[in-house]
Amino acid sequence: MKTIFELGAEGRGLSLLPECDVPVVSLRETRRTQPRLPHVSENELMRHYTALSNRVHGLNDGFYPLGSCTMKYNPKINEELAALPGFTKLHPLQPQDTAQGAIEVLYRAKTLLCEITGMQDMTLQPAAGAHGEFTGLLLIKAYHRSRNDTARTEIIVPDSAHGTNPASSVMAGFRVVNIPSGPDGCVDLEALQKAVGPQTAGLMLTNPNTVGIFDKNILKITEIVHRAGGLCYYDGANLNAILGVARPGDMGFDCVHLNLHKSFSTPHGGGGPGSGPVGCKEFLAKFLPGPVPVRTEEGFALVKPECSIGRVRSFAGNFTVVVRALAYLTELGREGIREVGRAAVLNANYMMACLKDTYDMAYDHVCMHEFVMTLAGLHEKTGVSALDIAKGLLDAGIHPPTMYFPLIVHEALMIEPTETESKQTMDEAVAELKQLYKLAFEDPEALHTAPHNTPVRRLDEVQAARNPVLRYDFGA
Amino acid sequence: MGSYLPLTAAERGQMLQTIGVSSVEELFRDVPREAMDACRWDLPAGKSELEVREAITALAEKNRVFRLCLRGAGSYRHFIPAAVKAVVTREEFVTAYTPYQAEISQGILQGIFEYQTMICELTGMDVSNAGVYDGATAAAEAITMCRDRRRTKACVSAAVNPQVAEVMRTYCFGSDVELVEVPAKDGRTDPDALRRLLGADAAMFYLQQPNFFGLMEDAEALGRIAHEAGAKFVMGVNPIALALMKTPAECGADVAVGEGQPLGLDTAFGGPYLGFMTASSAMLRHLPGRIVGKTQDVDGKTGYVLTLSAREQHIRREKASSNICSNEQLCSLTAGVYLAAMGGPGLRQAAALSMSKAHYFAAQLEKELGWKRLHSGEFFDEFAAECPDPDGALRRLEDHGILGGLPVEGGLLWCVTELASKQQLDGVIEILREVNG
Repeated sequence: MKTIFELGAEGRGLSLLPECDVPVVSLRETRRTQPRLPHVSENELMRHYTALSNRVHGLNDGFYPLGSCTMKYNPKINEELAALPGFTKLHPLQPQDTAQGAIEVLYRAKTLLCEITGMQDMTLQPAAGAHGEFTGLLLIKAYHRSRNDTARTEIIVPDSAHGTNPASSVMAGFRVVNIPSGPDGCVDLEALQKAVGPQTAGLMLTNPNTVGIFDKNILKITEIVHRAGGLCYYDGANLNAILGVARPGDMGFDCVHLNLHKSFSTPHGGGGPGSGPVGCKEFLAKFLPGPVPVRTEEGFALVKPECSIGRVRSFAGNFTVVVRALAYLTELGREGIREVGRAAVLNANYMMACLKDTYDMAYDHVCMHEFVMTLAGLHEKTGVSALDIAKGLLDAGIHPPTMYFPLIVHEALMIEPTETESKQTMDEAVAELKQLYKLAFEDPEALHTAPHNTPVRRLDEVQAARNPVLRYDFGA
Repeated sequence: MGSYLPLTAAERGQMLQTIGVSSVEELFRDVPREAMDACRWDLPAGKSELEVREAITALAEKNRVFRLCLRGAGSYRHFIPAAVKAVVTREEFVTAYTPYQAEISQGILQGIFEYQTMICELTGMDVSNAGVYDGATAAAEAITMCRDRRRTKACVSAAVNPQVAEVMRTYCFGSDVELVEVPAKDGRTDPDALRRLLGADAAMFYLQQPNFFGLMEDAEALGRIAHEAGAKFVMGVNPIALALMKTPAECGADVAVGEGQPLGLDTAFGGPYLGFMTASSAMLRHLPGRIVGKTQDVDGKTGYVLTLSAREQHIRREKASSNICSNEQLCSLTAGVYLAAMGGPGLRQAAALSMSKAHYFAAQLEKELGWKRLHSGEFFDEFAAECPDPDGALRRLEDHGILGGLPVEGGLLWCVTELASKQQLDGVIEILREVNG
């Protein structure tokens, strides 16, 4: 397919702006070269981008069981409401008394999300999950500093954690202490006990963890860290499993980030915008990035907490993403939210039960919202890898599961169906996965060379990294 | 109660049987009893879609939408072509995840590749990433790109957007980098102060162009001073102004970042926005976040992939160049579609109209009301001017559905874009005449 730079013709364009009705002024010094931007008609532009959109597997094109990403259905009412001019046309610096509805959106979302997570206050400023992690870690840093406890320079991260956890810790100025997981994929209590001490600033934990298992020792874990003087950070990437079942705040966590684009149904936009609110217990609230939405006698206001770590982003965060999440929470209410985790966990266990007579499960244990299969055995017997099976799924119109994560499982495929998938969809996916398993023995080559029916086939990533071509070449 | 759950009671029963448990609760056997018992929240009852629409619409209606916006300061209301919304509301673009599976994500990947190309063309820089959260976090990430073991200090002009400076400061609290503010004179960065404050430990100098007061800085000269001290020169630029002004590349910048919101995104009370990030080839491997590269498939067909991921958190973990994972992909796509719709001539027209109207309005404020500009330097589409009674002036404008300039020390910071007609601006002068006593 051509790039947009190869379409149209010099001199072609859309008719968008009027003539200038005031004296024309320009800069004394102007750029020497003109940007080579596309020159297309509106018709050409629409055809080009429509063709591009046809080369994307969206949530509505088929099953999307991408583990750890919680690709649940994105309700359409949320999109309609987020597009209201009463939200989209607001200037972030317009007087607060003219934006009461917007601040109330933030306040209501904050209040509901605090209630759901068992936290006392929250910032909606972080724009994504990793941004939330960084923010939460700065709260921990500010807390220890405020007590002159400057020796606490280490963050403990299990080896099963998402890569963002150690990366965020370093950005927040901490040293990362990796601890190994036990054979059940959970935190090794002995290793944790050895790792904590007066140098421990905190622990970052995803629970259910990245192998889809709820750490049954969770109360002991948070107690060990607290007893050593550290704080406990809950990575909300997998919150969907326990949404409406249990709350991080009741398990000893001091702060938590949420991914509104995972658990709270906002779309992911092909990689963002997301939103990563950070909730915390009362004793950390004064350090939150400002401003936070509060209720006042006159209405609602945005105020900066007294010992704020400062802004982590301009303005109030990804506001219209929060509007979508609020619409979702308003629709579900207490009964609906209660069902989310239960249904997500039921679906995942059902798929696991259907597949375990064929595929090897990494952990023979009841799972939460997702489960991990290991294809190491299949790979050994047939040469067919997790990647090959994933690529085989592409031809079936199914988005593959997360591949090769977590790193502690060999040839991993991580499946997360989410609660919004029907039994029929899951049955079809199970049948397809079993078919591919059979094919691995009968015709492994067909899988090594998959996919066959996609707009492009397997791409040469090595060449892409070795000789980076990162922009269109206009030639001479 | 609303719900998006498709399972029937009969299906649940069958599924539980397949799993081999008698109830869903059994699946939660690892969750401590006391934690589950404690989970008693106070939430309102669920609502039907009709009620949700009414409730949220009522909140939208509590806000004041100004028919004319003369305020910028980091968020700009520009004309957005209808085609932009038509493209970026397409389901596939809206709902997909990060393009990990390249074969079924070519539309997103090619869209980013084209965006990277356009941003490079606009800034004149060699390479662009797929974008970060907003202009402020882009500026903050640029510090990390430049620092090394010996150079642990960052300098930032006092004439940058205060919110950008604050975000940079927060990131520096994390990374233990010292952030030094370089004072301004007459609204522009003081070159002598910069020379004084840089040193062998300075990693970078960050300059905004046009700056917070709308003024054009002598970027080339300031960049030279930074380079003489061995520091990297980072520019934060307004992408609409780039249609006219000297590019960061022409000014010698090593890294150029900016707020991408003016490129087709709504002001939307602050987000979602887009931070664009570009650099010289030499800095490529320090760029954070996603980057898309062109390659070929097994049949020799052109395709696109996420590349150079050895910089990123999912591979490098604690040694990654940044923790960023999700970015603002749909906003990058929007910026690309906007630039394609505007084209070079359209973008130049938007910039020229904005600048001309801002200058007309500044002249009228002085001529008709005697409100002089606070600074003497050349400006683009924002300027600060004195105002005897800012509160009164803003209130009166509000009564007419107009959002006036942002209060700053000494007066108001105005922004005029192509959306304002001469007639509207003349009307604003007449309204302000009433408060001018």
